[in-house]
Parts: sequence; C-alpha cells; structure tokens
Amino acid sequence: MQWEIVIGLEVHAQLSTQSKIFSGSSTAYGAAPNTQASVIDLALPGVLPVLNKGAVERAIKLGLSVGAKINSPSIFARKNYFYPDLPKGYQISQYELPVVQGGNIQIQVDGIEKNVRLTRAHLEEDAGKSLHEDFHGMSGIDLNRAGTPLLEIVSEPDMRSSAEAVAYAKTLHALVRWIGICDGNMQEGSFRCDANVSVRPRGTETLGTRCEIKNLNSFRFLEKAIDYEARRQIEILEDGGSIRQETRLYDANKDETRTMRTKEDANDYRYFPDPDLLPLEIPQSWIDQIKQTLPELPQARRDRYVSAFALSAYDASVLTSSREMADYFDATLKQLPAQAKLCANWIMGEISGQLNKEGIEMTACPITPAQLAALLARIHDGTISGKAAKTVFESMWNGELDKNVDAIIEAKGLKQISDDSAIEKLVDQVLAANAQQVADYRNGKEKAFNSLVGQIMKATQGKANPAQVNAMLKKKLDG
Amino acid sequence: MFNASLKQLSLQLAEKKISSTELTTEFIKRIKALNPEYNAFITVNEELSLAQAQAADKMRASGKAGPLTGIPIAQKDIFCTKGWLTTCGSKMLSNFVSPYDAGVIERFNQAGAINIGKTNMDEFAMGSSNETSFYGPVKNPWDHAAVPGGSSGGAACAVAARLAPAATGTDTGGSIRQPAALCGISGIKPTYGLVSRYGMIAFASSLDQGGPMAKSAEDLALLLNVMTGFDPRDSTSLQRDTEDYARDLQKPLAGLRIGLPKEYFAEGMSKDVESAIEKALDEYRKLGAQTVEVSLPNAPLAIPVYYVLAPAEASSNLSRFDGVRYGHRAKSYGDLADMYRKSRAEGFGPEVKRRILIGTYVLSHGYYDAYYIKAQKLRRLIAQDFADAYKQCDIIMGPTTPTVAFNLGEKSGDPIQMYLSDIYTSAANLTGMPAMSIPVGFGDKNRPVGLHIIGNYFREAQMLNVAHQYQLATGWHLQSPV
Amino acid sequence: MTLSVSDVKRIADLAYIEIDEDEAKETLNQLSGIFNLIETMQAVDTSTVEPMSHAQSVVQRLRDDKITETDQRELYQSIAPQVEAGLYLVPQVIE
Repeated sequence: MQWEIVIGLEVHAQLSTQSKIFSGSSTAYGAAPNTQASVIDLALPGVLPVLNKGAVERAIKLGLSVGAKINSPSIFARKNYFYPDLPKGYQISQYELPVVQGGNIQIQVDGIEKNVRLTRAHLEEDAGKSLHEDFHGMSGIDLNRAGTPLLEIVSEPDMRSSAEAVAYAKTLHALVRWIGICDGNMQEGSFRCDANVSVRPRGTETLGTRCEIKNLNSFRFLEKAIDYEARRQIEILEDGGSIRQETRLYDANKDETRTMRTKEDANDYRYFPDPDLLPLEIPQSWIDQIKQTLPELPQARRDRYVSAFALSAYDASVLTSSREMADYFDATLKQLPAQAKLCANWIMGEISGQLNKEGIEMTACPITPAQLAALLARIHDGTISGKAAKTVFESMWNGELDKNVDAIIEAKGLKQISDDSAIEKLVDQVLAANAQQVADYRNGKEKAFNSLVGQIMKATQGKANPAQVNAMLKKKLDG
Repeated sequence: MFNASLKQLSLQLAEKKISSTELTTEFIKRIKALNPEYNAFITVNEELSLAQAQAADKMRASGKAGPLTGIPIAQKDIFCTKGWLTTCGSKMLSNFVSPYDAGVIERFNQAGAINIGKTNMDEFAMGSSNETSFYGPVKNPWDHAAVPGGSSGGAACAVAARLAPAATGTDTGGSIRQPAALCGISGIKPTYGLVSRYGMIAFASSLDQGGPMAKSAEDLALLLNVMTGFDPRDSTSLQRDTEDYARDLQKPLAGLRIGLPKEYFAEGMSKDVESAIEKALDEYRKLGAQTVEVSLPNAPLAIPVYYVLAPAEASSNLSRFDGVRYGHRAKSYGDLADMYRKSRAEGFGPEVKRRILIGTYVLSHGYYDAYYIKAQKLRRLIAQDFADAYKQCDIIMGPTTPTVAFNLGEKSGDPIQMYLSDIYTSAANLTGMPAMSIPVGFGDKNRPVGLHIIGNYFREAQMLNVAHQYQLATGWHLQSPV
Repeated sequence: MTLSVSDVKRIADLAYIEIDEDEAKETLNQLSGIFNLIETMQAVDTSTVEPMSHAQSVVQRLRDDKITETDQRELYQSIAPQVEAGLYLVPQVIE
C-alpha cells in the first residue's frame, strides 16, 4: 500500500520582549538560577498578572505578516496542571479565543510552492526548568524562564513530508526573525517545534490517529523525528496493528521516538477564563499603527526580486531566507543598479560561503555592501576577470589595503588587458608563430581555435580579456 | 480611648493629648490581656507595631500627618505584610513570612497607620464562623458561646471587643458583612475593583474585595479614603478619580427610595431578625425615606451560583500551594507526586479541601458547561435583576443574615447550613456591587442584628450617608459588649 | 446527578490531594448534598444568556515592556522548604 504522511506543526516562539509576559522580570538568557524570578514568577500568595504590551504587539505583528485575523477581544485562560516548574499550578494561556486566528504561510520544496494554513497563534507563558543533575536524589528548579512570553503558532495538518515540515519551520523561523518578534535561537530554546504526525493510505481523506512529538529543537531533528515516526506508524499499520494516540519524545542519540504519555493519562486541564485578567481588546487603530512599522515581508520581497530583477525563484528565495541577507543584497544593488544577477551570485556564493565557513553572521560581514559593489563594478567594466575578482575578494576579506578594490588590483597586477590594439598585437604575434594551427583551424579543426586562445592567455598570464581575445581571433581567422 | 471614633483619636493625636506610641502601647496591652480569650489575633508583633508608631509620631512632628496617621488598624491575615507572618488562617502558610506588602498594606503604611496585628480568619477565607481557622475559633464578644461570623471573624471581634479602633476585612460572599452583623459593628464591601487585590491572598478572584470594618459609618468613610485607589499591579483595579467617601455623610435622607426585595423578606429570616430590621426601616421612614417593594427573582439562586464559581476559581488559585517554594511541605513522602499530595492534604483543612474538590469537579471535562458556564449565565441574570430594581429605588435594604450569631460548633458539621448564612450577602459579590452592614439592635439571646444596605455601583458615599444618618439618629453602633 | 466514591477519588487525584477511603466516603456525603443545592440552578432557562466572568465590563490594561524587578533571590528563598545552589529542590522530576 502507498502511504501518505500528514503533518501539522506547533511552534513555540519565545517573544523578544525585555520583560516577562505578566511581570517586570528580565527575560535575558543565562542568568544565575532564580535571580530573574520575582514574586509574580514565583507565584507567591496574592500576586497578580498584568499583561505586557510588547508581547501583544509582537503577536499582532505575526498575525499581520501571515494575513490572519486579529481577534478582539481575545481571552486568557488557565490551563491547570501540577508540575514543579509551573509555580502557580496553572499556565496562563489562551484557549477559546486566541489573539491570532487563521493565516497562511507559503513554502517551497524542490522549486514547488505550497501553501500551509495556520489554525491560530496564541500568547502564553513559558514554564521554568527542572535540572536533573543529582542533588542527593532530588531535582533543582530554576524559575528564571517561568513567565517568558511565548507565541504558540499552530498549523493545519497541511504538510505531507518531513521536507515540507522542515521548509515550513524554516520559513516561519525566518519570518519571526524578519519581523523582529523572536531571536530564533534554537539552542537556547527560543524556537521550539512539536510535530503532529499521522499516516493514511494515499488517496483517502480521513486522518489517521496522530502522535505528537515534543520539543524538537533543530530542523535536522524535526526531519529525522518525523521520518522515524512515519516509518514506525506505517510498520505498525502494515503489521495489522493500530496507532495509539500519544505524546512522544524524540531521542536524538538513538534516532527514535518513544512514548512520553498516552492519551489515557493525559491531564484534564480544566481550562477556564483567568479571572485575574480581563478581555484583551485590540483597537483597529493600534493594528494600523503596527502595520506601518512592519518591514516589507519575505514573500513580497521574493516576488519583487523575480519581477523587478528577473532573478530566478530559487535565487530570490535564497536571498530572502533572512532579512539581513536580503538587506545586504538591496544595499549592494543600490550601488550597482541593473547588475542584480551578478550581485546575487556573489552574495549567495562567495559571501555566504565565507560567512558559513567562518561561522559569522551576515551583520558581522567584514565586507560591506559598498565594498562588494566596488569589486563587482570592476568585473562589470572589464577591469578584472571573474577569476581575478576572487583573489581580490580574498584580500578584501583579510582586510588588506583597507579593502580598497583598485589598490588591491594594482598591487596584485590583476588588471585585464582590454586595450584593442594591444590585444590585436598579441593575436598577430601568436598567429604568426603558429602557422600549422592556423591552417588546421581553417581546415575545419575547431579545437585549434581553443589552443590559440590558450596560447594568448598564457602569454599574458591570464590577464587578457577573454571575450576580446575570442572576438579578435575570430575576426583575424575568419576575416 | 478604646471606644473613641477614628475622628476622635485623630483629634487627640493632632492635639498631642496622646502620641501614637502611647496609643499603640495601650492597644497592645489590651490585646495581650484579652486575646487569649477571644483569639481574634493570629499574630501580634509589638516591636514592629511600635516602630511604626514611632515613625508615625515623627511624621506628625514634621507636619505630614493625615487623618489615619498614628492610628492602630488590625489587618486581616489575608493581606501579605512584609516581615510579618501571613498565614491566611492556614497550616499551609503557618511558616510564611511575607517578603512583600499587599497594595492595601502599602496604602495604610503610606497613611502612617499602625499595623496592630494580624487577625484570625477562616482558612483561606472559606467559612462563615471562623471555625475553619487553623488557629482555632474566635469568640463573639457579645456572647462567648457564639461564633463571630466569618471569614473576617477575628477582625469583627477585634473591633467589637475594642482590641483595635478599626480593622480590614475581605469579602468574597459576605465575609465582611456577615461577621460585622454578628458582632454588632459596621463593615463595607466596596464596588469590585476599588480596593487593590494585589497581595490579598486570592480565594475567588472575580468575587474577592477588601474593605474596612469599624464602629461606625463615619469611620468606614475615613478608612475607605485610604484603602481604595488604583493599583497598576492588579489588572482588575479600576482607574477612577479619587473621591472623598465622607463627602455626603451629612445629607438629609428626605426622598430616599429604599427598595425592599420581597425575596429577602420571605421565609428563612428568623422572627427576631425580622423585627429588628422592621424597626430600622421605621426609623428610616422617620428620617424621610420611603420604602418600595422590589423583586430580585433570581436572587435565591445566588448561593448555588456562588458555590460553583467561588470553588472553581479557588481550586485553581490554591494550586500554587505545593510545598515547593514556600509554605508547608510534608515531612515524609515518596516521589514528587506524593510530596505534592501529602503536603496539600496536610496543609489544607477539611473545608478548604472540600471547596477545592467542588471546584475541580465543576471545571473538569464534561461538567464545565453544565456547572461553570451555567453559573456564569445565572450570574448575569442576577446582575440584571439588581439593575432592574435600581430603576425603582436608590438603595436596597434587607437583613444581612437570616439569624443572629449561632453557637460555636452548631453548624460546623453541616456545610450546607453554614453556606446558607451567606444567603443575602453573596449576590453583591456576584454582581460586584457595594454592600454594607450596620448594627440595628439585638435579637435572640441579646445577639446583634445587622441591616444589609446594597448600593448601585460606585454609590459608596451615598450608602455611607444612609448609614451615618441612621447612626446619628440611633445609638446601636455605640453599644459595646465590653 | 449522582457522585460515587470513585468520582471523589478521581477529583482528589486531579487536585493533588491525598485522600483515603474513609475520607472519600465522608466527602462523598457532603459533596452530594452540596451538588443537590447546586442542581437547583438547572431549573432556570439560560439558553439566551451570555456568561458573565467579571463584575465590571472593562478591558485588559497593558503594561509597558520594561524591566522593573531586581534580584531578590536571597529574600525569596529564605522562606523556601529546601534550596541548594540557588535552586528549589524537589523529589526527582522524571520526564
């Protein structure tokens, strides 16, 4: 039987506010345990929550970016369960009326566009951390993270492969960073994925029983966990078994998922509207104001790159994979209008490659867009060849000669010979010295042409402008 | 001195006839002598109180005194008070020294008032007799065999027995008004949202409201001027212009329309209470008011609605008591879940556990709509009844309680009978309207009767006027059991 | 509506309160009485009524995104049952 995998993702994006969602404690990562836990975060008797405007603003930004409805009012509810990292014994979340409803995200897999629908996005507070190092057989609780604002972004089960799920997660990851609502740091847990996975016979409509895989903190684990889980489910079904609805954990060391809890022991969360918080109303004027501050979104910029600069869909999507890269591209292009493809190739090639190699962020790139544009201008006007440009690039990267392109070309003697009379002289010399090859060529041996070009380049140590050499040679031979 | 009104005490302090330190010392002496009998206070801390008194005397010397500067106030042990044991009447918090001050405590501190001690109360404010307190029952100063009411039983006793000039209370279903009535003092629960709930240990968040308890309506007005006000740390705190609650005290009552809900004058009210209430209403007619019959058809459902909503909120509010970060932790336990279960089983008393179980049940899967949502719908109908009634009257009156104080132990084994003590009071919590109780005489066994005055939203000044005019004309509020 | 002892135990389990057989039985009696009282609500038709969650129809106030809290760990942990290295200790948490 042919199986179809059905995937929906729940992403917890930690919002990049200064303070927590319901208290004035810092959200900074890495502080000493419990030094960022106030009376409110510790749930001392009598304390009350007051909602952080910055968290709401970020939720609205996401909603606007995915074309969703901003609910007004939306309601905060209590999700009741006991756990030592949950100081109040309930998590303040949103249940019946989330702040963001609906929306869409476009993803690309193997050059094919696909739409993934969003169900909702709601605001909630994060829990603290349990540290399992052994304290005489006990666990230690750090509540610094308790109360950090999260936006839980829930998709419809619209993905059909781990590749699509990863593409969706990456697109969403780029988006939340692009609009500045989340730092996207997956190691620090700022962007966490849960995947709902089920399988069904291809061609059928009914959804199979799903399992939820928790806390996937890298795109690679997301992919591997889904692949493993789909295989596991298919094997069970092919052996005539049935899938049990449950929550599973991915074990990266063993590359497998295992049961965390089954539906039977799932909690009865007793959701009800939090009486300490009032309905959250978001006036249209506020939404309009936030709309003004939103940058051009990745999708719009991608479309613009294709339509205005004739870039391929692939190039456009690579350039818009982060706002920093797209901004770098725009800044370079501004210095060198009409050379979009050349700029794109160099940013996607040399710049990205070098950044990757050295593990540097785009924002810390040692070569500025203006410097790159100066280099590319010299390729474009024929001063240097593409090959020589790479040498110049390397020198610039290493900070030689104040990254002055012309000074480097000069110092390294990389200037092309582009003077017509000089090239003609060279061609004449080579033709005169190679009568046999000239004859071969004229007798129909095309290969002889290349050999003649090679001799000219050799004579100039590669500095002759190849296009001019070609044209001149052809003119002389065919002339 | 012990019978003096707040205004009189304030004058004596202003005229330097007595210092706050002397006044505070006198009250502490009295508490030390009499509290072993009454059990009105859980904590008295002479050192902290006297330090405040000395600061108040300095404040006065530097010319910065307000009306309550230097005056001792008894604080209900539900208000978190920095450096003070704050138990909420529970074993769960029997070791909890609060690291922060409640909004109400801050306001009294800023006013220069003295915290004279933390008063006894039903555990987590769940009770109507003060018998659920981990710290034992409180006696009714009028009759030591009787309960003082609850949950602010210690506060009511302290004021009635003249252990403090005034006290704070909190009211979720009648916890200020019912003990005020049973102890023959005055107490008001203001409109929901006027008094900060920050640092007031939550029982039922949407119903809880702090308020003052004192010997007279005039004293209540002075206390409200300090207690009320916007607190940005409480999302349900209302942003309103400050008002002087004493501004209308002297207004004559001619033309006042008093609504008498027929549902509150039906069966259930005992004869002795009824006759005291009728006499009080006669007095109002003499003062120029007229009475009209009104109807609150859904009011009889206030108790069932209350016993869904309050436990539901409480079950969640009390989940934080787990023995992890503060409070009681069981001495011996197995695993993590066992530590939670034993700590909570040991730390909470039977009534609190009962309400947590009720609340957990009504919120649980499959019952939420039938109980919780149903109760919230009825809550709206009850509020609508009051809105309709106020089209025909300015203020509503009735008995605060169906009977005078019952005996200690009389109802402690029968939760339902106990719950019905709040039959007239819980509607004002459901609607959020202000309501108060003033003493209007005595019933059986010479135990006090309280008149319940319910106002429309934000009509505290009018209610205090109505109460004050009655107190000018009669002397019930001046009667003292000691 | 009729409650059973097993209902009482299930609720107590949800509420994380240890309860033994005798307590469960006694609680059952009391809760049954209370729920009979609560059931009187069902007599009123509320099909067209909106639930009322708050006494006042006001909306949520928002706080500016500012850090207002400082480190008070020492004070806050002075009242904790068991701490070590700045952490609150509990019996082993098993995920």
